[in-house]
Amino acid sequence: MLKYILPLILFIVLSVFLALGLNLHPSEIPSPLINKAVPAFSAPKLQSPEEKLSPTDLKGKVWLFNVWASWCTSCRSEHPILNQLARQQAAIIVGLNYKDEPEAALGWLANLGNPYDVSIMDQDGRIGIDWGVYGVPETFVIDKQGIIRYKHTGPVTPEDVQQIFLPLIAKLQAEN
Amino acid sequence: MKPLSIIGNGSVRCFISSCILAVVFLLILSGKTFAGVEFREFADPEQQEAYENLTKELRCLVCQNQTIADSNAELAADLRRQVYEMLQQGKSKQDIVQFMTDRYGDFVLYNPPFNLKTGLLWIGPVVFLLIGLIAVFLFARRKKAESNRHSHAEQGHENAEKLAKVRSLLEKGDPS
Repeated sequence: MLKYILPLILFIVLSVFLALGLNLHPSEIPSPLINKAVPAFSAPKLQSPEEKLSPTDLKGKVWLFNVWASWCTSCRSEHPILNQLARQQAAIIVGLNYKDEPEAALGWLANLGNPYDVSIMDQDGRIGIDWGVYGVPETFVIDKQGIIRYKHTGPVTPEDVQQIFLPLIAKLQAEN
Repeated sequence: MKPLSIIGNGSVRCFISSCILAVVFLLILSGKTFAGVEFREFADPEQQEAYENLTKELRCLVCQNQTIADSNAELAADLRRQVYEMLQQGKSKQDIVQFMTDRYGDFVLYNPPFNLKTGLLWIGPVVFLLIGLIAVFLFARRKKAESNRHSHAEQGHENAEKLAKVRSLLEKGDPS
């Protein structure tokens, strides 16, 4: 009896492992920054480079930190979804214009709309390194205490907005 | 007249064109690697060695099967710059590794530390080897026991046959 059941059990175990493997996303690296304070920065604003923004300016507010660039093709597919999210005014959206030319970035916002309350420039990618950015676009959710609560790698989809971002933002807005 | 026609021979022409193609390919490839060369000045050979070792131990997060020393990705270049600058500032190897894992997690290390998350990675092969050895041992022992039982049974069978023959001979009586 065991002679017949054993191969079946092995087959099932193997299938389970292969099925799990199919659903893994090895290119998505879990961020060690979750539940940590936001990395400090003081960066010039894209629209007014003489002004600077630092995370302390956003204390007490729930905000999204979206890493984008005009050279990033998947940012283009994400852009209308961010525009829509911005219209709902659920949270402040801060853009990190990553390794981009200011003119190209401003042109992009003029053409496709500007979902960002403010965008800051990171031309040499140093802020990106501090935030563990490895693939653009990336989106972080930061709570009122300045703690990173969630990180999304890759373009945000409408499903992500409905199922993850909006509920999380609502929860964080309710916190003190 | 005849030798000239060899040039027109299909296989030779094919050989020549593939040679040209190979040379063109090599030129393109070498151009790529030259583009990746960066010139760094080091205070002393130890620092250079530390730089070379570190860039070979850190994973490029974009092309995940390459080290930042091997990769031409922009992020790899930024991380090489980061390593170089930190060494210039007199930071130790441990400081730099800590800096990278704080931002990108253990995944950035090609030689991950032993902890709860990486435990399976380190112990897994040993466990599988042990399971294999135990299985082979059990299988071999069962095989041996089986073959022993078989030969005993055969011997018994042979003896019974001989006994029957002797009996029949005795019953018939000796004809001589």
